[in-house]
Amino acid sequence: MWDNIMVLAAAPVFNVQLILDGLFIGAIFALAGYGLALVWGVMNVKNLAQGELVIMGGYFAYVMTQLGLHPLLALIPAFAIMFGFGWLVYKIIISKVIERDLFTSLLATFGLALVIQQGLNLAFGPEVQTAQSGMEIRSIFGGNVTVADIRVLSLILCAILAGLVVLFMKHSRMGQAIRATSQDPRAARVMGIDTEKVYAFTFALNAAICGAAGVLISMIWVIQPFYGVPHSIRAFVVVTAAGLGNLPGVIIAALGLGVAEQYSGFVLGAEFQQATVVMLLIFVLMWRQFQMSKNRQVVQ
Amino acid sequence: MTTKMKTLPFAVLSASALALALAAPAYAKVEGDTITLGSAISFTGKYSTNGIHAKNGYDLAVKQINAAGGVKVGGKSYKLKIVYYDDESTPARTGQLLERLINQDGVKFMLGPYSSATTKAAAPIIEKYKIPMVEAEGASRSLFTKGYKYLFAVLSTSEQYLASTIALAAQIAEKSGKKASDVKVAMAFENDPFSQDVRAGVIEDVKKFGMKIIIDDKLPRDLNDMSATLTKTKALKPDLLLVSGHSKGAVTAGRQIQEMKIAVPMIALTHCEAGKLVSKFGAAVDDFLCPTQWAETLSYKGDLFGTAADYDKLFKATFANYKNVPYQSAQASAAVMVWKAAFENAQSFDTEKVRDALSAVELNTFYGKIKFSSAGNNIAKPMVLRQIQNGTYNVVAPAEWASHKVNYPRKAN
Repeated sequence: MWDNIMVLAAAPVFNVQLILDGLFIGAIFALAGYGLALVWGVMNVKNLAQGELVIMGGYFAYVMTQLGLHPLLALIPAFAIMFGFGWLVYKIIISKVIERDLFTSLLATFGLALVIQQGLNLAFGPEVQTAQSGMEIRSIFGGNVTVADIRVLSLILCAILAGLVVLFMKHSRMGQAIRATSQDPRAARVMGIDTEKVYAFTFALNAAICGAAGVLISMIWVIQPFYGVPHSIRAFVVVTAAGLGNLPGVIIAALGLGVAEQYSGFVLGAEFQQATVVMLLIFVLMWRQFQMSKNRQVVQ
Repeated sequence: MTTKMKTLPFAVLSASALALALAAPAYAKVEGDTITLGSAISFTGKYSTNGIHAKNGYDLAVKQINAAGGVKVGGKSYKLKIVYYDDESTPARTGQLLERLINQDGVKFMLGPYSSATTKAAAPIIEKYKIPMVEAEGASRSLFTKGYKYLFAVLSTSEQYLASTIALAAQIAEKSGKKASDVKVAMAFENDPFSQDVRAGVIEDVKKFGMKIIIDDKLPRDLNDMSATLTKTKALKPDLLLVSGHSKGAVTAGRQIQEMKIAVPMIALTHCEAGKLVSKFGAAVDDFLCPTQWAETLSYKGDLFGTAADYDKLFKATFANYKNVPYQSAQASAAVMVWKAAFENAQSFDTEKVRDALSAVELNTFYGKIKFSSAGNNIAKPMVLRQIQNGTYNVVAPAEWASHKVNYPRKAN
């Protein structure tokens, strides 16, 4: 461990690589995290199938490459079809459990995760897949740091997508309805908002965002039918750290998580890279608890 | 009326018990002129692709043996037949299905499942019932350190997978005027029984040559990013990089070594073919070294299938959807050949006699030589090392089987 820290101190240029890699991948975590925050905040459903939705999106890019097309083109069909898939899942499953207690919705979404995993396994087989973007890889700092164009592009696309979603939430009728419903569903219903439609739209939008994130993931990392779980956990860490309805918080938490993973992989070894995610979750929860207990004392 | 009501369930119960008892010997070990082998193997779940490769290998050998006159025991010819169950890639299920094969179906001779994990679940069961099993797909070293007496494996065990790269690196270092002990090794192995066995074999050889290990990372089970390990590789500049993590490790390494322009002169990884590296990454994976159990270009030869190349041709003709013959299929076929040899040597279907015959089997096959150690693993066949050269896999080590010279250093991209 000390050796690795010394390496970073002796050749600081490698910090640049770690931070860049962390930021690029963190941007994609932010997408899945924001989708989860949306569903959690508006519908109070904790979607355990979040990672599976991401992986599903990834297979759109894979199918694109199989058809001989560029995987980036998958962004549009992935977004559209996953939107439809999300709507369907809401109508068939989520709408039945949304009024029930927390445990029922956890079970339902966990079941959904299993069905998606096995469905993908049946459709595409258990092999690890990637989608090759074929884009330029640039070397900077004398070759010590490499930046793949696809990573930069995916960062830009993440930013654009997040921006569009924010604009949509702020200015469109549906966006306003979603925000109203999340504040008080009963009042929203009284005001004539079709909350059922709002819920379906919210879940569908989340699936679409995840689908887009999956397309980007498949061009940077690798995908496999059973790889959803770590993505779900990451999304939960990001949302728990940032809090619901806090988009800047989600972005900062996701980018921070990406960088933290890279550093722990470098300093502690790859075996700690994913463990870091879970450890951070514990720390965040402890810190929140501490903060809340302080607040309570102030009230007293 | 009441007595009738009471006796009815009894009648149903005893009738079904009788039916079960009658049904049990339906697959008795040897019936008429058929010897039944059993296997619980993965047709669904994460091992399904390789499980089906193995099944195809088993089936091809059965077909070939039956066509060539079957198994001759006591002057009579017997046909082979295999009963399969799908273990869903779950070790616990493998165990249950083996109990079923043994207790309900009465099968007394087993073929292995796919993967070390499922074979590990199978081994204690066959030991308990003293049923011999020839397996072809569980390479973990730990299968052969527990003193199992009824487990036999035709493949080379996992600690041999990458060990030959160490000898090769030492040889190259000495040729270029350096000492073998100057070689710096970086390793990234998945944290699972198989890859950790591979690691143990590498470490043994690294110690032998006095080389230095500068990176020793354990990769997580659901591995999809190793850029931090590769950044470290870039910083520390090893002479040899070793990666093992099934096909996900191979694919992740293939992609990120290219993406980060890692210029290590020698890179070796397991599961290159399973990960389909060449079709995924093309020239970027040129000069990678990949160990394999078997290759169709090797000059192995034996009865039944002829040479390795003959097997390759026959397999492709039988299963039209294969462009390359996976070694998983080849070794599965070899396992069935071992059964034939054992029955014929034992001249009996007594499980103890067949077990003893198995332990004495010495066979030259298209898959290589087969001879079991007292622990049950095959010690007669080496692992060979292939290098991806312009998109094709060429054998470069050990020298005895090499068809091409090793490219060193690799063309960094």
